[in-house]
Amino acid sequence: MCPYELHVRTRLVPLDRTPRGSAARAPPPAADPVTPVPAPRVTRRPVSLTELSPTAPPEPASAGPTSSTSGAELVQLLTPEGERVHHPDYDVDLTDEQYRELYRDLVLVRRIDVEATALQRQGELGIWAALLGQEAAQVGSGRALREKDFAFPTYREHGVAWCKGVDPLTLLGLFRGASNGGWDPQEKRFNLYTIVIGSQTLHATGYAMGIIKDGAVGPQADGSDGEAAIAYFGDGASSQGDVNEAFVWASVYNAPVVFFCQNNQWGISTPTAAQTRIPLYQRALGFGFPGVRVDGNDVLASYAVTRHALDTARTGGGPTLVEAFTYRMGAHTTSDDPTRYRLASELEAWKLKDPLERMKSFLYKQQLVDSDFFGQLQTDSDALAARIRKGCLEMPDPDPLLMFDDVYAEMTPLLQEQRAAFGSYLEGFADGGHR
Amino acid sequence: MAALTMAKALNEGLRASMEHDPKVVLMGEDIGKLGGVFRVTDGLQKDFGEDRVFDTPLAESGIVGTAIGLAIRGYRPVCEIQFDGFIYPAYDQIVSQLAKIHARSRGQVKMPVTIRVPFGGGIGAVEHHSESPEAYFAHTAGLKVVACSNPVDAHFMIQQAIASDDPVLFFEPKRRYWEKADVDTTMTPDPLWQARVVREGTDATLIAYGPMVKTCLDAATAAQEDGRSLEVVDLRTLSPLDFPTVFASVRRTRRAIVVHEAPSFVGMGAEISARLSEELYYEMEAPVLRVTGFDTPYPPSRLEEEFLPDLDRVLHTVDRSLAY
Repeated sequence: MCPYELHVRTRLVPLDRTPRGSAARAPPPAADPVTPVPAPRVTRRPVSLTELSPTAPPEPASAGPTSSTSGAELVQLLTPEGERVHHPDYDVDLTDEQYRELYRDLVLVRRIDVEATALQRQGELGIWAALLGQEAAQVGSGRALREKDFAFPTYREHGVAWCKGVDPLTLLGLFRGASNGGWDPQEKRFNLYTIVIGSQTLHATGYAMGIIKDGAVGPQADGSDGEAAIAYFGDGASSQGDVNEAFVWASVYNAPVVFFCQNNQWGISTPTAAQTRIPLYQRALGFGFPGVRVDGNDVLASYAVTRHALDTARTGGGPTLVEAFTYRMGAHTTSDDPTRYRLASELEAWKLKDPLERMKSFLYKQQLVDSDFFGQLQTDSDALAARIRKGCLEMPDPDPLLMFDDVYAEMTPLLQEQRAAFGSYLEGFADGGHR
Repeated sequence: MAALTMAKALNEGLRASMEHDPKVVLMGEDIGKLGGVFRVTDGLQKDFGEDRVFDTPLAESGIVGTAIGLAIRGYRPVCEIQFDGFIYPAYDQIVSQLAKIHARSRGQVKMPVTIRVPFGGGIGAVEHHSESPEAYFAHTAGLKVVACSNPVDAHFMIQQAIASDDPVLFFEPKRRYWEKADVDTTMTPDPLWQARVVREGTDATLIAYGPMVKTCLDAATAAQEDGRSLEVVDLRTLSPLDFPTVFASVRRTRRAIVVHEAPSFVGMGAEISARLSEELYYEMEAPVLRVTGFDTPYPPSRLEEEFLPDLDRVLHTVDRSLAY
């Protein structure tokens, strides 16, 4: 169980939705947006009812691309300087140990990322998609997940994988080219990485529809209150048809799914402004569910907002789009060269908002840590890096004949024939076909 | 005459097409400032402006769908699909719309859309970055499908594809992007819809396209040391397929081996084999054999050398053919 249960404080405001599905049928949400329903256990004000009204004035087309991070639209609980600030709708109240644990996660996840990048540079990985700069969005949202909540990642969610208990070395296997996954998605409640952009948002939505059909929304016999799914994707993916279809499906079925968009400002070389003319979180309104923008470099806010969205979903409140406003501090992947398309000054500006530094400052200011803490963390971080490096270097190549296995639940005669023929062919080499 | 990589030869070809026809526009993900992930469009946005070379939102169906609209409006769009495995979100627009509009309009609406697709494996990439989807498109009436194998062809074939009034899927062997050849940009190229005998031989014909042409040429060189003379045909165009050139070659050598990275089942090799058996049944000494990727998903890259046809597997199959 996640150690951060039940610490989100929010205001109780009824949402305008009830679950759809076998257990409970309600009018479509748009039909009567003010029908009161029993309040979910925790909730917040995502958007006002007037904002949901179809008569609300649209964004002026002349406004152009918007990517403001200022003002009330951005949920923030920790300033870049590490000052604890308060938001009218979201808050967290963690124990000292939990604050330290969050920082520890951030540090270790970054260390995994740095080590993997180095291994790629040394030729041990084919490629690596760095999460540098996005640690808070991933750890915050990842730690908001309960054990049963199912996450559907892209290929960059190494921090969420960490929170879900997937061994980082397993992730490296994929980027080394030794596997296409390596963990059991059902056991970890963490789907395999999805590389084709946006596809997984529909998978998460379908999974969430299954939660409804299983009656696993709302209070359960064992005293718990339901399950949720979360779909990770990025600003680039928001343009894909699949993502927009997922929004439609989730809305129509009132599926218990959270769409967690890490807007890291860049889809390889393409800025977010080339994908959208309104802030991404506002797109949710058009689909009929709330959207919220959170400071994705603020681990506390990312945790609070995701936690709330998940609880809304699991208790029948339907989907939420969370736009975690963050920054891809590194390249798209190790094959990319961002100096060709973006200014160094932009990176420098975002470095001032580094997700680790602000949490560290917070811990200092709150006097939650001492030098022993940092010393131990450094030791643990070094040990983790050493283990990853050793494991990567020692990782065996898979048996070539494994290619043929598991393509089907029931192997076909054609593949049996190809497997046997290729096996004989390899045996014809002096070294058994090993290179 | 300059030695150009295939990527640069394509770049120069695109440039020539854009200079020749102001209706040619390039569109795709990251093709502008970045110049494409393989740099094939490097510098073109700078020289031709953002109206003619533009980054699209990240949506492949959108790229092809809007290209169709631009074509209806009189433009000649050249779409880049960033990697082979990303073409499937656009599959509906390509197969249901792009391929059929000319026929549905009884020729009133032309679809001069070129879709460039870096394809094939061999670069150590992760999933969906090493696929060979050409057969899906060759199977679809209304589409033309070509694959270049060297910088010279790349340079001219891209211009010919763009000039075509039919939609063309243009497959570029990504692992050959950085191989160089002297390109005389002033020469008169072969017609686009022709195969070419790229090495003459007498004992068997290797039939290939795209990345496998070089593999077959290497195999032919190796076979020569064993006293075997292999002919190599570069198909260049997969749909339409230049059967006369293929038949003429196999009529001479009496043995045919088709080589491609794509899986064998219902692949290009199956069609070529069927046509050869129909046309040259009494003249061949051996059944048509195939050397292909296996009928499995493309494997993790540490296994791709086993998956992909290589010199050893080609020669092994030549031995089998000659044993008949």
